[in-house]
Amino acid sequence: MFALVDCNNFYASCERVFNPNLQGKPIAILSNNDGCVISRSDEAKALGLPMGAPIFKWENMCKAQGIQVLSSNYALYGDMSSRVMSILKQFTPDVEVYSIDEAFLEFKGFENYNFTNYGTQIRTRILKWTGIPTCVGVAPTKALSKVANKIARKFPKQTQGVYLIDTDEKRIKALKWIKIEDVWGIGRRLSKRLQDKGCKTAYDFTQLPDAWVKQHFSVVEARLKRDLEGLPTLQLDEDHKTKKVIATTRSFEYTYSDADNIKERISTFATSCAEKLRKQGSSCYVIIVMLRSDRHKKDLQQHRASTSINLSYPTNSSIIISQCAVKAVMSIFKEGIKYKKAGVIVTGLVPTDNFQLNIFENEHPKHQHLMRSIDTLNAKFKTQKIKIANQDLKRTWKMRQERLSPKYTTNINDIIVVK
Amino acid sequence: MIAHKSGSLTFFTPEILDDASAHFFDTGISAGFPSPAEDFSEQRLSLDEELVKNKEATFYARVSGQSMIGAGLDDNDLLLIDRSLEPSNNKIAVCFLDGEFTVKRLKVDKDEVWLQPENPNYPIIKITPENDFIIWGIVTNVIKKV
Repeated sequence: MFALVDCNNFYASCERVFNPNLQGKPIAILSNNDGCVISRSDEAKALGLPMGAPIFKWENMCKAQGIQVLSSNYALYGDMSSRVMSILKQFTPDVEVYSIDEAFLEFKGFENYNFTNYGTQIRTRILKWTGIPTCVGVAPTKALSKVANKIARKFPKQTQGVYLIDTDEKRIKALKWIKIEDVWGIGRRLSKRLQDKGCKTAYDFTQLPDAWVKQHFSVVEARLKRDLEGLPTLQLDEDHKTKKVIATTRSFEYTYSDADNIKERISTFATSCAEKLRKQGSSCYVIIVMLRSDRHKKDLQQHRASTSINLSYPTNSSIIISQCAVKAVMSIFKEGIKYKKAGVIVTGLVPTDNFQLNIFENEHPKHQHLMRSIDTLNAKFKTQKIKIANQDLKRTWKMRQERLSPKYTTNINDIIVVK
Repeated sequence: MIAHKSGSLTFFTPEILDDASAHFFDTGISAGFPSPAEDFSEQRLSLDEELVKNKEATFYARVSGQSMIGAGLDDNDLLLIDRSLEPSNNKIAVCFLDGEFTVKRLKVDKDEVWLQPENPNYPIIKITPENDFIIWGIVTNVIKKV
């Protein structure tokens, strides 16, 4: 059996744990830099605040409707997420952390368990220990556990947050209920094509002939179909943690049209990517950089470009990645453009301790030691104390976070105060 | 090491250490005198281990005010809170009452809950259905600067 455990309105719930005054109130969380809405509580959804809404256009509506608007507090969300995930591991050793707020669990050898009870135990423990409400869907396959979770979420009164699909009758009823566009792995584009074929629900999809699905779509959809039919096909991906692509992209606080500022920003983003690479023990072969003007300012000259560099040996050295990224960004930089956003993306990742060496060209061996020292020092002082010379020592993201809640769990000066 | 007991057999599962790399021992090889303390080395004391019983459910708070000085909770003291513990009579709890966090001793009597300060200058609070009230967590330790 599989379970999908999903935190309800995770970001809003994290804020509510430490500020219970927000309980039951509409909340919207903004993206980095306070640009647009990336998460909404149910109450905010009900008031019609759309996902991705640029906040400057919706400010008045939020004020009028009493929607609490907050900057994203990733230090808090990250810590609460790791608490939830580590509680989940108390219930089964097989856990796939699927995103910051959801995880797949597999129960091997739990045949005699009452899964409705077990799901309730999971839910109750997470709620009591962390204050985060969750929904639990249990079913014989991963795709069906997603469906079961949706049912638990949609009908909180009847299900008490836990729904189990354990008979074919329940499976068919669930598949007839769920719309094709809401099925896990069926994107908007695919669902459009399926709807055109008269496929409105997940059940309609399972009624299509296997060969036809394979021919018109791909093996991915064919496997999803089997999973929805109740045959365990999709496996638990416990290796999900090592990412295949790492990116650091940010909008700037101001627009920049000079090369120096762009170089500095790119170098900072590159250093951050290198740091993330070292954290997960990877090195990269490919570095991509991108630059973009402000697409909201229609009257200004627009420019967006990206380019990539292939390395002859894999690296996770901040120095090399930064040098290459700066070189790359200068090749796409155009004078006279007001740039608003830039990014560095690294891909072609290989494990650092196990990669092919190049006969003619390899990384300077001193870099590894240097990077380790930098990481140790930066971790000790909890800030970026050591930087590359082409980075501005005084600046980090300069994120606009005007509505940031305290870091209740990661900064001793930010903990709750009790009278 | 986890033991599984059936009727006649006890199974032990070996503990897998994350840090399973080989260690380099320099004692015994060098010509110097081996340390007499070598065989008696133990783990250093850790306050984390001593005070935090359940790290997933443990949170910290700062005391503000004098309402609990009788229980040794002074202004600015650091509290350790364990949310996994069940609230019961006489426990000190962090509660959320009508819009703000408060720390008080719980008095539970049949169906009634009272929040009792440990300072005669503060009133005892009776919780009624009209109150917006949650017991947020149980205080396990207080850490103070001297």
